[in-house]
Amino acid sequence: MMAEEKYTPQTWPADPEKQTLEGRNKFIGFWLFLGGETVLFASLFATYLALKNKGTHVTTNELFSLPLVFVMTMLLLTSSLTSVYAIYHMKNFHFKKMQFWFFITVLLGATFLALEIYEFYHYVHEFDFGFTSSAFSGAYYTLVGTHGAHVLFGLGWITALIIRNAKRGLSLYNAPKYYVASLYWHFIDVVWVFIFTVVYLLGKVG
Amino acid sequence: MENNSVHRTSVEYRRKKSAKEMRNQFLTFILMIFFTVISFVSVAYNDLFPSNFVAPFILLLAGIQVIFQLYYFMHASHKGHEMPMFFMYSGVFAAFLTILAFLTIVWW
Repeated sequence: MMAEEKYTPQTWPADPEKQTLEGRNKFIGFWLFLGGETVLFASLFATYLALKNKGTHVTTNELFSLPLVFVMTMLLLTSSLTSVYAIYHMKNFHFKKMQFWFFITVLLGATFLALEIYEFYHYVHEFDFGFTSSAFSGAYYTLVGTHGAHVLFGLGWITALIIRNAKRGLSLYNAPKYYVASLYWHFIDVVWVFIFTVVYLLGKVG
Repeated sequence: MENNSVHRTSVEYRRKKSAKEMRNQFLTFILMIFFTVISFVSVAYNDLFPSNFVAPFILLLAGIQVIFQLYYFMHASHKGHEMPMFFMYSGVFAAFLTILAFLTIVWW
């Protein structure tokens, strides 16, 4: 199949992301990358757990506020669903609807990031809890900040796809690009599930 | 022409199939929201539950949510995901060893 060929909803293949060699390579290569990212985040989680509440003047219990984290969690979880919607429309060859749902995903992700920036600002100014304050604060900012950097990168990536392909329409050339970007976005949500559970909720329990 | 009509039926069939998948994904989403709310509530009212129950309970809920994300949202339940899941489970294995080591045998 030709990547640049023009398609109609009738001729658009099932699994458009895996129709070209480039698409199949992207698919397998991106999953390998996500396997590596799992190990990266595991090392940050391990460091955080080992240094949790070590050498600090504020503990997790005093620092974290559950309502803010709950709102952030809902935003990111919903953005995961909207990117599922986008891929659903990609499979049905509805380019405009796919672009729309990816745009909503970006909006939700940007709101999440804004709240995270507010959260960090709040910790630094209200609790004097900076990156170099303690072993604990360093581990905390490295873990949650690396996740935040992934959110920022994902926002830039999806925005670039939306703008670059706005006039191109959907093809077998750009379908794999959208598909792996949505995998990346889901992976960000997977990591956040562990962050809100291990860092914030367990920080309030024990 | 014949080829075209074959295409059209397969398009309808595929659309029905992906609409059905979409409904399942939406149900998955509702369950994930539900698990998240349960996790937050069990921590917010943790004086009602013993803490050695709450911690493993919310970790279990997180594990279920991740399985949902991988298999339903990231389509790992579709065929052709054997290699991706081999990569992911290898990553999870390394993750498990790293966290276990940092929590048990590393001296701080």
